[in-house]
Amino acid sequence: MKQYPYTDKKDTRSGFGAGMTELGRTNPDVVTLCADLVGSLKIDTFIQENPERFFQCGISEANMIGVSAGLAITGKIPFATTFANFGSSRVFDQVRQAVAYSNKNVKIAVSHAGLTLGEDGATHQVLEDLAMMKALPNMTVINPCDYNQTKAATIASAAYEGPVYLRFGRPVIPVFIPEDMPFEIGKAITLNEGTDVSIFATGHLVWEALQACQMLEEEGISAEIINIHTIKPLDTEAILASVQKTGCCVSAEEHQVNGGLGESIAHTLITNYLAPQEFVGVKDTFGESGTPDELMTKYGLKAANIVEAAKKAIARKTK
Amino acid sequence: MNLQEIASQVRRDIVRMVHGVKSGHPGGSLGCTDLLVSLYFKHMDLKTDENGQVVFNMDGNGEDLFFLSNGHISPVLYSVLAHRGYFPPAELATFRKLDSRLQGHPATAEHLPGIRIASGSLGQGLSVAIGTALGKKLNGDSHLVYVLMGDGEQQEGQIWEAATFAPHHKVDNLIAFVDFNGQQIDGPTEKVMNNRDLGAKYEAFGWTVLHMDGNDYDSLDTVLSEAKGLTGQGKPIVVITKTEMGQGVDFMMHTHKWHGTAPNDDQLAKALAQLPETLGDY
Repeated sequence: MKQYPYTDKKDTRSGFGAGMTELGRTNPDVVTLCADLVGSLKIDTFIQENPERFFQCGISEANMIGVSAGLAITGKIPFATTFANFGSSRVFDQVRQAVAYSNKNVKIAVSHAGLTLGEDGATHQVLEDLAMMKALPNMTVINPCDYNQTKAATIASAAYEGPVYLRFGRPVIPVFIPEDMPFEIGKAITLNEGTDVSIFATGHLVWEALQACQMLEEEGISAEIINIHTIKPLDTEAILASVQKTGCCVSAEEHQVNGGLGESIAHTLITNYLAPQEFVGVKDTFGESGTPDELMTKYGLKAANIVEAAKKAIARKTK
Repeated sequence: MNLQEIASQVRRDIVRMVHGVKSGHPGGSLGCTDLLVSLYFKHMDLKTDENGQVVFNMDGNGEDLFFLSNGHISPVLYSVLAHRGYFPPAELATFRKLDSRLQGHPATAEHLPGIRIASGSLGQGLSVAIGTALGKKLNGDSHLVYVLMGDGEQQEGQIWEAATFAPHHKVDNLIAFVDFNGQQIDGPTEKVMNNRDLGAKYEAFGWTVLHMDGNDYDSLDTVLSEAKGLTGQGKPIVVITKTEMGQGVDFMMHTHKWHGTAPNDDQLAKALAQLPETLGDY
């Protein structure tokens, strides 16, 4: 397989911070808001350099979403930032009415998404946010996979006109996406071409998918690895082209299987091209405290789980 | 044409719109008519072209802006916007009907001039108005932002998040109104969930608090002018606005029963008999 060497491990949220720093210097319309989690969102540099363009909201996420919508009315590009759980489930009605239905140019940029928030436990580990956000008309949903891609996604979100939910994580993971790889909202990226099975992964699971690819290759199985950084709009063209070639697929995400990326892919397949699909994701359960790695193992989100799912999908192929 | 005459037509529109589709919220709409007429026809500085015709831009740069947080009283807003020239009054006949721009609760999705945010799910308008006021400051625009909320709506927690935020960030280009009619769907507000002394609450949060009779044009003029004079002094302003639900139609007054009830044919005729036609019915 194509190699994705890495020399560094960083958190995706730092990629967001780096993107915001750049936007602070290049786009005078960008403003940020935060609900008492500035350190966690890595926006210190943006705030230092642009104090007049930052609004501390305190622990009041609902108000933050409304204030963001108001700022967007005046032509600003607000980034409302907090933990993913508090930027989605806690404020779903505010996001629905003031941002999505009103079609305001608000970017809801949230960290600590998914299971790998770790020790804080299930109250903070949102595993349902992609389902909520993709269900909203007008909403674009992005879940980048590493530091470099999160930085690129942040910059692309500011340039895009319309509501965006931009989701990233807490743990440090390998930085493997080349810094200069183009990022286009809604355009999937093929990381490895293969013929036996398509693996569609998003967020932290993209790295696991690459590891799975290597493991499968050692067993003589050729896997196509596609990075679905945009959950909505979904790149159905890339998905169908790949599955038409390989004949089966696996979806992999750090999210509930219910309502996640996998279900969007299943919908694409059932309405266009029938093929076996296996799901790697959290299976209708809340998380718990633990290290990110322990949780990934316990809830079946590791490369080995993707390998197993890939073999199952291949075995179910009829031709 | 004086403001009272315009208000009479707006009230005719309200009862006719709600009657026409057998749904909607006449009580609060009638109560807030005088406030909205005063704002849109006298006190707000609106963007107009060389012929005095209002011009609508979504960003509202260089003009005063109004937000309706208690979106269920959409009939009064729609009628006032139409007569102020944002869209043809004839369109009021489409209220709440299929394919209309006049949704039951205001929405931007239908691109109705004058509407900049959706409202209906309560408690969100104050936050939006605050954000817009901050945006105006960033844009170097010295115009004001107005927002109207219901008194029942004050029960929403988000109101108090916003009430804390605005003084902290010195949002002093904002004038908020609480429509204090004392009624909500399930009955008198003090019985459903007592707000107690709203003015004292806002004052404790750091707001400048004024009181006004929202159905009296002398009070409206005096207090709106006073409120505008108090902007730019580091504090947001809230005007507790006493209104009578159903104002102008005797059998709709002094009760919560017309909060969300449409008049039948006889009731419509009775209501219209109390309201002189001034601008021509749609």
